[in-house]
Amino acid sequence: MDALPAGPAPAPRNQMVLGATLASIAMAMLTGGMLAIWALERREAIDAAGTWLPSSVTIPEVPSNIMLIAFLATATFAHWAIWSAKHGDRGHTVFALAATGFVGVLIVNAQLFIYSQMDLPITEGRYGSMFFAVTGTFVVLMVAGIVFSLVAMFRYLGGRTGEPEILTAHAIFWYGLAAVFTAIWFVVYVTK
Amino acid sequence: MTTIDSSPDTATESSAIGRLLAADVDWLTSTDHKKVGRLFLGGGLLGLLATVVVNVLIAVERVSGTSATFAEDTWVQLFSAQRFGLVFGAALPLAVGLAVAVTPLQLGARSIAFPRLAQTGFFMWFGGFVLSIVAVASNGGFGDDADMIDLFLAAHVLMALGLAAGAASIVTSVMTTRAPGMTMRRVPFFAFSTLIFGIGLLIVLPILVGALVYLFVDHRSGAGELFADGVSEYALWAFGQPTTFLFAIPVIGLFAELLPTTFRKRTPLRGVVFAGLSLVGVAALAGSTQQTVFDVPWAGSQLYIGGGDDLRQKVEDVAPWAIFHLLPILGAGLIFLMFLFLAKPEKNSRPHLIGAFPFAVFGFGMVLVGMHGAALLPIVDFGLLGTVFDEASLIYVVYGIALGTMGGIVYWAPKLWGVVLDLAKVGLLALLGVTATVLASFPHYIAGFLNQPAGFRVTDNDLQIWNVIVLVGHSLMAVTVLAFIGLLTQSVLGRGDRSAADDPFDAHTIEWATTSPAPTDNFVDVPMITSAEPLLDRKSANDADGSDS
Repeated sequence: MDALPAGPAPAPRNQMVLGATLASIAMAMLTGGMLAIWALERREAIDAAGTWLPSSVTIPEVPSNIMLIAFLATATFAHWAIWSAKHGDRGHTVFALAATGFVGVLIVNAQLFIYSQMDLPITEGRYGSMFFAVTGTFVVLMVAGIVFSLVAMFRYLGGRTGEPEILTAHAIFWYGLAAVFTAIWFVVYVTK
Repeated sequence: MTTIDSSPDTATESSAIGRLLAADVDWLTSTDHKKVGRLFLGGGLLGLLATVVVNVLIAVERVSGTSATFAEDTWVQLFSAQRFGLVFGAALPLAVGLAVAVTPLQLGARSIAFPRLAQTGFFMWFGGFVLSIVAVASNGGFGDDADMIDLFLAAHVLMALGLAAGAASIVTSVMTTRAPGMTMRRVPFFAFSTLIFGIGLLIVLPILVGALVYLFVDHRSGAGELFADGVSEYALWAFGQPTTFLFAIPVIGLFAELLPTTFRKRTPLRGVVFAGLSLVGVAALAGSTQQTVFDVPWAGSQLYIGGGDDLRQKVEDVAPWAIFHLLPILGAGLIFLMFLFLAKPEKNSRPHLIGAFPFAVFGFGMVLVGMHGAALLPIVDFGLLGTVFDEASLIYVVYGIALGTMGGIVYWAPKLWGVVLDLAKVGLLALLGVTATVLASFPHYIAGFLNQPAGFRVTDNDLQIWNVIVLVGHSLMAVTVLAFIGLLTQSVLGRGDRSAADDPFDAHTIEWATTSPAPTDNFVDVPMITSAEPLLDRKSANDADGSDS
């Protein structure tokens, strides 16, 4: 039998972009599943005792709102990195990536500030453990996003400017994080 | 120049050890998808063996009746080990392993997408699996030791993340590394099934991770309120039907893959097969909506559809059950119809019996029987909830997945190890495996209708005959798995006797165009694909050329 004819070299097909999209979907399912259980427990608690939020707990709304606004900044910076790379502006690409990561650090800091302001014991019924589980998972995802920004930045600093696909993937991951936090913000901090 | 002589004996010994170490390091650090897949498969076979042993112990305990062999604490451990072992120790690693090992070959890719991610996924799964065994053995799982319960939960998070990593590699491979000319309609059935399977895992496993994180934080912190509801309240959906149908999709895809090769025909209406595989993927929705038990009234006036609220209530009862149970059955049924269509005898076409086919047929059949059992379970009037019927349908599906995966290993052994397994021995093992599965499950279908409760305690002596048969079935399954591992090891180590040709089964898809075993980069030249059966086209063209000349 003759061998199959060799084809042309396969065209690049955006593996990083697809990978980041899949990661974003997985993040959305993770958070969505957790918030679904949260909603279920909340409804059962309200049906049983008329309240879900422990009476001693006050949620600081300002830092949570600022976190939401900060995600606008991360989305803008992440997209700025793509735009700069397209225009061959390495300096601004690196700066935009660094800014994305830095705002990410600020968001994590705001989350820690919320913890300190709420002064909520983790053993405060179902609410306590579930609050720390949801927001703690979000912090872990944020750390992954910050690491992604740093990796992309150091690749550009190191001269690997020929693979702009990573910047699109980076932006998609941060958009995913923004979507995840928007859901958490609405369910945990607004609906309470 | 100074030379240092070493003792010849020492040199030989150290070089042997050195070679062994080098081989270990090569395997453990390799990003070759065939090695990563085989690591998953090896771990999955060991996990299956361990879970079958647990099943044997449970069966022994049931046969003992009221004179229990184990303490009640141990019962809990055994049941948690059974549930989690069947799904996370056996079904999932076997399915992911086969997909990682074979899918890039079928796509004409030089490697899997994100190979390091796939490799990391294996180590996460394996580490989690070992830790979960340690936890269960130390009274964790659903037991009493608080630290070990935490370890058990964390180990499952680790396993779920590892398997999701493998799934991400598979999905990205199918979407981005196909050979030139291979459109989605030309993707081989097995590769397509792994795409559906991978997407399903990426949807379902993160939800399980979320539930486990809740339980872990709640239990570890000492709050314990969520945990007091029981793990089953939040996580059992991932370890039972219909979510487990999702894990069987690669086995159904393998069955569809082997049909045209076995019956030497092209598959007509490939879109129907794709639709069938996708319909089984509806199980992912069942997982993502965390379905556990439906409540489906059936008999008498309850089936009568009246007006107003009555109708609405009936739709709410029946619709989720119909979507999550009947659609996957419909999907598998479409593949079965294709089997009947292709198996229809024709004058100029004789089937080509390949060793993998009996395994694939039996695996598919067992999964289908398990699906039907799971569909019957929620019908309230049968009174099957809380009986051994549920366990039996899970065993059907998981043992079906195991048989199907063994079929996949047999089929692609030429590409993975360069050997063809002995047809007669493989056929005997497939028969033994299906006998074991039927004996391990079907008696509990009957016992379920006779109201044998799901736990250990069996007080009704009339039911013992079914438990004895189940014990025989699980014991035979242990023999099947051991014999399969033995046969594979013997064939691989004695490769000289059974080395494989490049295309020993006269197959249609492009993995058979490369050498046996496949080289590290799979293909010397990436082939150009012009149809869904490129090898068959090439053979037909060669035959036509030969007859012309």
